[in-house]
Amino acid sequence: MLQHHGLLDLAFQALSDPTRRAMVERLSRGPASVSELAAPFPMSMSAVAQHLKILEASGLVASEKTGRVRTCRVDARALGAAERWINDRRLSVERSLDRLGVFLDETRDEEEFPK
Amino acid sequence: MTPADQPAVAHGTFRIERRYDASPARVFRAWSDPVAFRRWFAEAPGATIQEWTHDFRVGGQGGGLYRFGGPDVDPGFNDTRFLDIVEGRRIILSYVMGHERGGERRRDSASLATIELAPDGRGTRLFYTEEGAYFGDDGAAHIPLREEGCAEMLGNLARELEMNP
Repeated sequence: MLQHHGLLDLAFQALSDPTRRAMVERLSRGPASVSELAAPFPMSMSAVAQHLKILEASGLVASEKTGRVRTCRVDARALGAAERWINDRRLSVERSLDRLGVFLDETRDEEEFPK
Repeated sequence: MTPADQPAVAHGTFRIERRYDASPARVFRAWSDPVAFRRWFAEAPGATIQEWTHDFRVGGQGGGLYRFGGPDVDPGFNDTRFLDIVEGRRIILSYVMGHERGGERRRDSASLATIELAPDGRGTRLFYTEEGAYFGDDGAAHIPLREEGCAEMLGNLARELEMNP
């Protein structure tokens, strides 16, 4: 069974950090080796590896090792269409409930809560 | 996971909480009254309602046929059945959503939605819980996003988060 919410939670958690967002942005332009990915950041390789681990656990990034080079790429499957569908439903319900709020404001009955 | 490994039906649950500055009775009426319900629920901006019913009683049916966008867009349908109603407190309904193509109805999802109302000071707290099975057969529901499209979206999301920390 797909753990939609688990995946989304992990994805948002992973993207809550600016370094990891920058990594995802870099990878969204194309695959990169770990050292290419690490280059712009003033941090140790082990710190980079830690960020990468979180991104991989979230399913946003996948990596594979060929010889001595580990190549990272954005993993589109983490945000598969099923998740997108459920998210669309949620957004649609949220919009409806917002409209309910507008409706309730517009039809306010002054006698409802006598002062 | 490859597309072949994708389950035929995906399940999801979500819960939304809202607080309204209105009594539970009035929030309930917005759900129970057909005219009120149609106004805030069905007549969303950009929607053209072709048919709509709201037989608000246990076992009654609701929903209809509507279109978002121009005539080239498939009309969507919502087929609702009210399962449980407790005046001022709770509504449980099931609904199937889908689209119409070539005069044929194609179902995309089946959901159970629970709406609970609780008084909260001078207002009402509303809890909306949906449990759904999503099985759209038009390919849209199960084919993973194209990688480049997804990458673009992730890039946008990252920028959005950057701008609004």
